[in-house]
Amino acid sequence: MTGPELLKFYEDNWETTFGACFPGEQRIVVRGVDLFDSFKQSGWMEYLLFVVTGKRDKKLANLLESIWVYCTSFPDPRLWNNRVASLAATTRSTAALGVSAGVAVSEATLYGLKPIKGVSDFLLRVQEKLDQGIGLDLIIEKEMSLNRSIYGYGRPITENDERIPPVLKMIKNNGYFGGNYLSLAFEIEKKLQKKYKVQMNIAAVYGALLCDQKFTPMEAYYMATLSFSAGMFGAYIDALDKPSGAFFPIHTCRINYKGVAKSRVWE
Amino acid sequence: MANKTKKETITTKIWNEIPEDDNPFAAKVCYCSGFDVYGDLLSKASYIEYLYLLFKLEPPSHNHVLLLEGLAIALANPGIRDHSVRGAMNAGVGGSTHASALIAALAVGAGNLGGGREIYNMVKYWEQCGTDIDAWEQIIKDPPVEERADVWLPMEHTPGFDPNGASCPLPVRQVLEHMVKIGENKKLEWLQNNRERLEKFSGCPLAMSGVAATVLYELELSPDQSEMLYLLLRLPGAAVHGLEQEKLGWRRYPFFGDGLKLTNDPGPVMMKTTRASE
Repeated sequence: MTGPELLKFYEDNWETTFGACFPGEQRIVVRGVDLFDSFKQSGWMEYLLFVVTGKRDKKLANLLESIWVYCTSFPDPRLWNNRVASLAATTRSTAALGVSAGVAVSEATLYGLKPIKGVSDFLLRVQEKLDQGIGLDLIIEKEMSLNRSIYGYGRPITENDERIPPVLKMIKNNGYFGGNYLSLAFEIEKKLQKKYKVQMNIAAVYGALLCDQKFTPMEAYYMATLSFSAGMFGAYIDALDKPSGAFFPIHTCRINYKGVAKSRVWE
Repeated sequence: MANKTKKETITTKIWNEIPEDDNPFAAKVCYCSGFDVYGDLLSKASYIEYLYLLFKLEPPSHNHVLLLEGLAIALANPGIRDHSVRGAMNAGVGGSTHASALIAALAVGAGNLGGGREIYNMVKYWEQCGTDIDAWEQIIKDPPVEERADVWLPMEHTPGFDPNGASCPLPVRQVLEHMVKIGENKKLEWLQNNRERLEKFSGCPLAMSGVAATVLYELELSPDQSEMLYLLLRLPGAAVHGLEQEKLGWRRYPFFGDGLKLTNDPGPVMMKTTRASE
C-alpha cells in the first residue's frame, strides 16, 4: 500500500499499543497496562523507562535517574543549552519556552544528545566488527579518518570529565559494572589516549551502560532527551531574579567584525 | 574595569555596530555586510533583497530577487493540512503561547518528510549530481547511507519527492513553471525537463520541497543555509492558522475522537482491583 491509498487507510484510523486515556471510564492505559493500577508505587523515571522500552525495572530506572542528577543538569548558565533558558528569563519570556528551547538545543554535536546516541551506535558497530575479526586499532583508525572524532570521546573546554569516577562508583554499587560494552569503552579510550590524546567523556559511560542493558541507540537517546532540563530551571530562575536584560550584556565593542571593511551604499 | 582586550568577543562577517555616544550597549549605526541598515538600506532595499543580503552578504541580482520572492510566496503558507501548520494549530486550539505555535511548526516542519531536513538532503544531491541525469538515477536508486547514526533519521524516500503522492500536484508544477519563466535558471529548467524521468526513478512525484530545494540551490545557498531559509519562509502560514484556531477554539478542531484504536486494551482493571479489595 502506497500513496493516497496508504493515507486513506490511516484516515481516522490510528491503531496503537502505546496507550490511550478513557476520561469517561476514569482510566488510562499505557502499553497494555492500566496506569492507575500498575504504577501506584512508581517514580517518574520508572514510568519513562516503561513508556520508552516496555521494561519494568525500578533498579535500573533509579540508577539512570541518579546519573541524570550527577551528570546532566548542572545549573551553570554558561553552558549553551542552559544559557537559552537564562536568555528567555532575562527577556521575561516564559519558563516553558526557555526550557523547551534549551532541550531542543541539547541535541548538540559538542555535547548532549548527538554524542549519547552516537556513542551507543559506535560501540555496537565496533562490537559487530570485532565479531567479524577486524582489529580494534583498525576500526578506530577508520572511524577517526572518516569523522575526525568519535562521539563519547573528547570534551570541549576541558579534557578530563569529572563525572566519570562518581558515576562508575554508582554503576558498581548497583551491580551493573563489568558489562562487555563498558569494558570495550575503556579499551577504546586507552587506544585513543595513546594515539590522539583524547579521553572518554560521560556519554561513553552512559552509552556503554545502556548497550550492556540491551538498549538500542534510539532508546539511549530517548532516555536522555529530557535529562538536561533541571539545570535549565535553575538558570531560568536565577536570571528571573535579576534585572531584565542583565544576563551577560554585550557591549558593541565586543563584536569582532570580520566582514566587508568599508561601508557601502545600497544602489 | 577589566582590560578590554581580554574580553571575549563574538566574531561575525554579517553584522557590525557603532555605539550610541551615551550608551555602549545600544547601537547608533548597524551595518550588515557594510550597508547601513537603518540609515540607508531601510529606505532603498526590499525585504527580499535584505533577506538575501543576510544570507549571502552581497546584494542579489535581479534574477535572484525574483527567484527568492517567488519562493517566499510559494512557501509562506504550506496550507492548513500541512503537518507543520497543524503543529501550530494544536498550540492555537489549546490556548498555548504564540511562540510555542511557531516552535511547534518549526519542530514538525524540520524533518525528512516535507521539512527542512529534506531540503538539506536534496541540496546535497544537487551538489553531488548537478544536471547529470545518470548521476541522479544512480543516487536515487542507491542513496547514500551514513554508517554512523545521527539524531536525524535516515531518509525513507528520495528527498524532494512525495512518497505519499500520486501525480505531481498542480501547485508544484505552477511554482516550477513560474521559476523557469523567470529565466536564466539552468537547474530549474533541467528539473522541469527531467521531472518525469526523476519521478520514474524515485517512484513518486516531485514535491514542493523538491522545487524549493532546487530554487535554493539555484540561489547558490549551501545545504545548511537552504535548510535554515526554508524553515524561516514557511512560518507565516503556521502563525496565522495558529491564531485563527485559537479564536475558533478546540471544539471546532478535529480531536479524532473515534480515530484511535487501542489494540491491547486490558479493560477497566482498576475498577476490578478496587472492587476486589473492598
